[in-house]
Amino acid sequence: MTDVFTTLQWSDLIFLLEGAWKTVQISVVSILLGTLLGMVFGWLMSLNNKLITFAVMAVLDVFRSVPLLIQLILFDSFVAIAGFPLPAFWSGTIVLIIYTASLVAVVVHSGIDSVPAGLRAAARCLGMSYWQEMRHVTTPVGLRTAFPSWLGVALATIKDSALVSAIGYVELLRASQILNTRTQESVKIMLLVGLIYFIISYPLSRLGARYEQRQKS
Amino acid sequence: MIVLENLHKSFGPLEVLKGINLTVDNGEVVSLIGASGSGKSTLLYCINALETIDGGKVTVDGVEVHAKGTDINKLRQKLGTVFQQWNSFPHLTALENVALAPRVVSKFSRKDAQEIAAKQLKHVGLGDKLNHYPSQLSGGQQQRLAIARALAMEPTYMLFDEATSALDPELVGEVLDIMRLLASEGMTMIVVTHEMSFARDVSDRVAFFKKGVLAEIGAPEDVMNNPQDPDLQRFLSTIG
Ligand SMILES: Nc1ncnc2c1ncn2[C@@H]1O[C@H](COP(=O)(O)OP(=O)(O)OP(=O)(O)O)[C@@H](O)[C@H]1O
Ligand SMILES: [Mg+2]
Repeated sequence: MTDVFTTLQWSDLIFLLEGAWKTVQISVVSILLGTLLGMVFGWLMSLNNKLITFAVMAVLDVFRSVPLLIQLILFDSFVAIAGFPLPAFWSGTIVLIIYTASLVAVVVHSGIDSVPAGLRAAARCLGMSYWQEMRHVTTPVGLRTAFPSWLGVALATIKDSALVSAIGYVELLRASQILNTRTQESVKIMLLVGLIYFIISYPLSRLGARYEQRQKS
Repeated sequence: MIVLENLHKSFGPLEVLKGINLTVDNGEVVSLIGASGSGKSTLLYCINALETIDGGKVTVDGVEVHAKGTDINKLRQKLGTVFQQWNSFPHLTALENVALAPRVVSKFSRKDAQEIAAKQLKHVGLGDKLNHYPSQLSGGQQQRLAIARALAMEPTYMLFDEATSALDPELVGEVLDIMRLLASEGMTMIVVTHEMSFARDVSDRVAFFKKGVLAEIGAPEDVMNNPQDPDLQRFLSTIG
């Protein structure tokens, strides 16, 4: 590994780390807001109102099925044409938030659905309000189903954040491409970049492992 | 006192309750018997408002259950409900299962709620299982847990919907014993059951349901030993 630093310069590493920091920013914001928005959509679908479910599903299906890359480019061009050009960070992150939300919605919906109706009725029969039941029964019980899937969505969001490079934002992947072109050290750079993605994802993976441990005990 | 007046309930075109009149006095144990699909469960769910009604009136201690302004969450605290499926909260220990509603609904401190829970778990014979998770308990134990959970809200009434039907035969007795215990303590109970000996021995009155109608009601000796309704005669002979 040491000759990475002999052929590449320290300033290049800093450059990569700056890209990595932007990847972290895009990912954290997208996962947080995407999850919150996805929870709202997932909850709406769980209300068993045919009209609401149909409307929400229709919208989310669009975001789930159109490739993210195309959504990014379309949205970025659209805001520019419409006369509100956004900084690349925000037009990229907004698209990623909605894309993440459309995936989280399905996860949340099936999490809520996995809670037996009788369990929820039993809680209500004890005098719990709808929201008390939601908080103390459906959320913890549904989370057992939803959490592993949510983790998958969150990890995918980190990787998908690389696509924001397509609209010219210099995050980790784009930073590495710039260095590749200049230094012709692509294998070493890619190893390093892969390692950085791994490190960024590591806390989430750990969270998943710890959760599984707790479920077993 | 629970009063049903001319209660009507339909699911779409299917009329399940066709004008039920029934008054249950405090301290009374009333058993509901009848064929599958006759509307027994639906009747209970109309009392605790798990179902809406289409006509008539249900009042609990003078409060109209289905009236607009009724605080149903408050009313349900008076109406302990035990289902066929025990519905234990799988993520909580026995103690936490029982303590949850006192803490969340009645706003007891965690410590006080757990004291209440421990007391009720002892009441149903689970004093040595406080820290067990539901997955570590048998069906009979989980059903007793469900009873303790309902009792922790200090209900005035207990509604049982075939509380022993989903249990292995050898576990039925322990749950019926707890129900007998509650009856002997003076709890007001409405019990949907297929356990004829329980209905006979414990009830003050037995009510026979037939296709959404209360066909016959009276003291267990009369209803069960000297049934008038031909369908009831047939029902009793088939169920033994
Ligand atoms: N949510 C519902 N939607 C439509 N029909 C229903 C619903 N709940 C009950 N029914 C119908 O209403 C009728 C009465 O049901 P109910 O569960 O009250 O019967 P029951 O006397 O409790 O029977 P069992 O002994 O099988 O429990 C049945 O025909 C049933 O299929
Ligand atoms: Mg029933």
